[in-house]
Amino acid sequence: MGLLDSQFDNSNIVITSLDNLLNWARLSSLWQMQFGLACCAIEMMAASASNFDMMRFGVIPRATPRQCDVMIVSGTVTLKMASRIKRLYDQMSEPRYVISMGSCSNCGGPYWEHGYHVLKGVDRVIPVDVYVPGCPPRPEALIEGLMKLQEKVRNESLAKKKIA
Amino acid sequence: MTPQEILDKLTAKFSGVAGIEAKLDNSIDPYIKVSPDHILEVAKFLRDDEETQFDYLSCLSGLDLKGKLGVVYNLFSMAKKHKIALRVEAPTENPTVQSVESIWKTANWHEREAFDLFGINFTGHSDLRRILLPYDWEGYPLRKDYQVPEYYNGMKVPY
Repeated sequence: MGLLDSQFDNSNIVITSLDNLLNWARLSSLWQMQFGLACCAIEMMAASASNFDMMRFGVIPRATPRQCDVMIVSGTVTLKMASRIKRLYDQMSEPRYVISMGSCSNCGGPYWEHGYHVLKGVDRVIPVDVYVPGCPPRPEALIEGLMKLQEKVRNESLAKKKIA
Repeated sequence: MTPQEILDKLTAKFSGVAGIEAKLDNSIDPYIKVSPDHILEVAKFLRDDEETQFDYLSCLSGLDLKGKLGVVYNLFSMAKKHKIALRVEAPTENPTVQSVESIWKTANWHEREAFDLFGINFTGHSDLRRILLPYDWEGYPLRKDYQVPEYYNGMKVPY
């Protein structure tokens, strides 16, 4: 009898902490809510297509909020759409994350002054984890945003409060 | 037909009744002004007449002329390959214009949009309600005197 890991030396057993295991599972399969609102959605689609292949990070686009872990808000959030976004976010099961993609959903973008119909930042209705700047951001930028989110998930803990 | 010929035809038919005026110089697209209470019969005439045959409404747009609201109808004839613009003006306090939906079906959504953003009332429209903005929106955003609201449904609107 020695240390725990040498006790299971030759079998297919990995020893880790529960935090590590959960975080690893979560960050490796961030299923994505399809949320294309404007031209940023084109870049998001490009990020999912073969050249950039976001699916290698375990990001699978889903059409229902019930199956999603991350909502990528890509595009202009109009006031009419904002209530729908809020509702869809509420329908996602926890843990849930939000990536705000592009200037429009970050802060209103080019509509910041005269856009009577545009919500000046999606963070006015739902909490945002990662902001991806750009108009629109290239797929590489979105992927970097996704990796930032993975970094965030990796450092979460069951015992400690979720980092806001 | 040239715009002048179309104008002559309209003045011959509606002289003194429909408030027909025209601006036909080449600085802008030539247009013929019609009173808002006669646009329906003028439109019907232009569509059904053998020589004009305006079978296609390319666009219908609203205008704010400060004190007056306007509607511009861009007409095109697929058969004759000629075009003309009609224009009506109505006071901002009571902007009532006859609907041309019964002449060109496409006017349905175009008039809803003009109603949505300018608040122009089209009499005789089958389904006049907002088309782009939410139904509980207040005011008409493309009017020159429109003030952006502070809040909409609890969401702050200005930056």
